[in-house]
Amino acid sequence: MKLRNIFLQPTAMLMAITMLAPLAIIVVYSLLTRGAYGGVELPWTIENFTRLWDPVYGIIFLRSFWIAAVATALCLVLGFPLAMFIARSGSRKNLYLSLVILPFWTSFLIRTYAWMFLLRDTGIINSVLQALGIIREPLPLLYNDGAVILGLVYGFLPFMVLPLYATLERLDPSLLEAAADLGARPWDTLVRVTLPLCAPGIRAGAILVFVPCLGTYLTSDLLGGSKTVLIGNLVQNQFTASRDWPFGAALSLALMAVAMLLLFAARRNGEELL
Amino acid sequence: MPPEMVLELRRVSKDFASHREVTRAVDEVSLAIPRGAFFSLLGPSGCGKTTILRMVAGFETPTSGEVWLNGQRIDALPPYQRNVNTVFQSYALFPHLTVQGNIEFGLRHKKGTDDINRVRDVLKQVRLEAKASRKPSELSGGERQRVALARAIILQPDVLLLDEPLSALDPQLRKQVRSELRDLQRRVGVTFLFVTHDQEEALSMSDQIAVMNAGALEQVGTPREIYARPRTRFVADFLGAMNWIDGIGVRPEAVSICPEGRKAVVTSVTYLGSFCHIAMTLESGEIIAAQTPPGSAYQPGQTVCVTWNPEDEISCEAS
Repeated sequence: MKLRNIFLQPTAMLMAITMLAPLAIIVVYSLLTRGAYGGVELPWTIENFTRLWDPVYGIIFLRSFWIAAVATALCLVLGFPLAMFIARSGSRKNLYLSLVILPFWTSFLIRTYAWMFLLRDTGIINSVLQALGIIREPLPLLYNDGAVILGLVYGFLPFMVLPLYATLERLDPSLLEAAADLGARPWDTLVRVTLPLCAPGIRAGAILVFVPCLGTYLTSDLLGGSKTVLIGNLVQNQFTASRDWPFGAALSLALMAVAMLLLFAARRNGEELL
Repeated sequence: MPPEMVLELRRVSKDFASHREVTRAVDEVSLAIPRGAFFSLLGPSGCGKTTILRMVAGFETPTSGEVWLNGQRIDALPPYQRNVNTVFQSYALFPHLTVQGNIEFGLRHKKGTDDINRVRDVLKQVRLEAKASRKPSELSGGERQRVALARAIILQPDVLLLDEPLSALDPQLRKQVRSELRDLQRRVGVTFLFVTHDQEEALSMSDQIAVMNAGALEQVGTPREIYARPRTRFVADFLGAMNWIDGIGVRPEAVSICPEGRKAVVTSVTYLGSFCHIAMTLESGEIIAAQTPPGSAYQPGQTVCVTWNPEDEISCEAS
């Protein structure tokens, strides 16, 4: 066995144990019957999957897609100028990049709680606006889709910025000069040269943001309140309150299948994924 | 009547600031380029020639001075408002577009029959009709260079700016492309402003050459003037090998070895195919080189006599 293959073994084992085994368990559970106090029992059944066709779940899927799509689009719109700025800031690149990554030093849960302190009725934003006399009643900033999208954009923006930065940084500046030289105004250059050449970065960033947004439950749970039920929350509920593990497993598999399909579609159009 | 000038630089300077230092890249350069000319900016790397080109293109703004194109002052205009086009050193072809897409890039509307015909004409002129739907990555170096040219000339610029466009080609191809480029320039009649550090390139193609050194102009003239009557030692040395004897310059090809003349001892003989390069030391200790026919059989250590025609002497101010 080659040396490099020997060093691969621990990783391969870890992947097998932590990814393939749980996946196999989920598949098995999704085909079993729910136990009275959680857990699973025989007999085998496909009823968990047929239940997915109920329009209630369809609506939740669509809502989750919609929120993930909006969050991804916002990340792109906000992340692109930032990535462009960092790619062009010369010797300060590394400083700005570390600022982008800095939030990862704190737990995502704590950072999401921090947003609650900012947004809630007695939170900082509403208190300040009330103290200044700009508003009388607190604005409904928390517990709605907007708050969920804000939390997602905040949390996943770095995953958009980093791949965009990587492609923009490699972009040959003489191509932008050539476009201007041939009469293209800055906006034309952006649309006709910069964006097409950044397509791989945009695709990678979009996947890195969209897929985790699709499965989110923490952000929607904390910032969306009871009004915003997304697939992630639905799955979580099956394993906790509802004690319907087989259905939760079936839901997770359905979510995974959809995410994989999207990855595959993105891959077919482009040469490489990341 | 003097020929009409299409491009004029009036006392143009450019400073680059980095950290605490300010470097003057171009120092009070004034130039006038006649319409339809093949005009070369020749000089060593770092002499400011590319900076001049970039100021004409609009990628750099002069620190002081004026740039006039067709009687209009352009030094404050952005690149997309100047009727000049550039052939970049590395060509800067758009990798995501085909040859045709690259050539059409600067055309405002592509659907008109006029434009379709123009694209076809230009493709034909650069012999790329068969490769119109290829991507730049599928082309050879020479073909890429022709796409870069085609993309620029289709816009009928007042001046075409060429930034060392032959330096990325292999030496075999370079000589062939020189004459092609010259022919194309004559055929389309566009004014060329050609930047190069290769004196042979400049001499063989240009109507006029401006020699630059350390940000300043040394001399402007026809290739013959520049080579035979250099005004400064820098120009004389940069355009070809030079012997300096008692402050007078004489080119090796003007030095002949004959029965009478100044005595010299041969120090080395280098066979170069079409001629031999003979290095010698004069009695005064000065070094002199001569070119002799390839068949000549001189040996190192041999004492010979050298002479030259006084008409071939070049005297110029020291720089």
